[in-house]
Amino acid sequence: MSVGLEHYLALSAVLFGIGLYGALAKRNMIAILLCIEIMLNAVNIAMVAFSRYITPTALTGQVFVVFIMAVAAAEAAVGLAIIIALYRRRGTVDSTEIDSMKR
Amino acid sequence: MALDIGFWLLAIVGVGAALAVVLLRNVFRAALSLVLCFITVAGLYITLSADFLAAVQILVYVGAISILLILGIMLTRDIQRGSPANKLRLPAILAAAVFVGTVCFAVFNTPWRISTVAPLEPTTAALAGKLFGENGYVLSVEIAAVMLLAAVLGAIVLVREK
Repeated sequence: MSVGLEHYLALSAVLFGIGLYGALAKRNMIAILLCIEIMLNAVNIAMVAFSRYITPTALTGQVFVVFIMAVAAAEAAVGLAIIIALYRRRGTVDSTEIDSMKR
Repeated sequence: MALDIGFWLLAIVGVGAALAVVLLRNVFRAALSLVLCFITVAGLYITLSADFLAAVQILVYVGAISILLILGIMLTRDIQRGSPANKLRLPAILAAAVFVGTVCFAVFNTPWRISTVAPLEPTTAALAGKLFGENGYVLSVEIAAVMLLAAVLGAIVLVREK
């Protein structure tokens, strides 16, 4: 069986699942950010696969990927700034210790 | 046939690198294997004949975002603790497995209408026409520019020393 749309979508789902597990289970906030980047890349693979196999000449999926990349860059910059600001105030990057809104 | 071999190689290396990101305790090594994962995603874009996006993936993700993440790790490194899992480890595995199972079930049971038209190649000019041409996405491009400016200003304000 030659590689088709289903294979790319299954790979995308597996990568998203790995990222989802990491984002839920990690304690280090930077590791959570890394896992969110994996999830965004998994979605991008699905978008490009749809664009390639369903509408090969319309390119709408690839346009979406360009915008997702811009949002991902902004998200990484702001997320890291928040983590560094928290590290300066609290001296930790452990997400289980940043719980002042729960008390 | 060559595309099939390329897909399986890239898929195995990419999933292995993603697992390494999640399972390695050393955050710096996790970031380096994330770079490997980004590179395999760029290769997957090439197998999907999205040449412009492959170049952008290398430039933006491998070049810029990974450097930003590694810089963040260097500023906040916690070598003794590493990045252990929290109490939610088993529920997280369960949630991820349920998600992957559901999506794979849906994907393999949907009758996709696969188009037989050959894909556009190269895609750069067509993509530029889509983004900037008539009835395109010009407004979204300008909103994305404003969003990037706001994000950069917000990052500067957040990390500036008082």
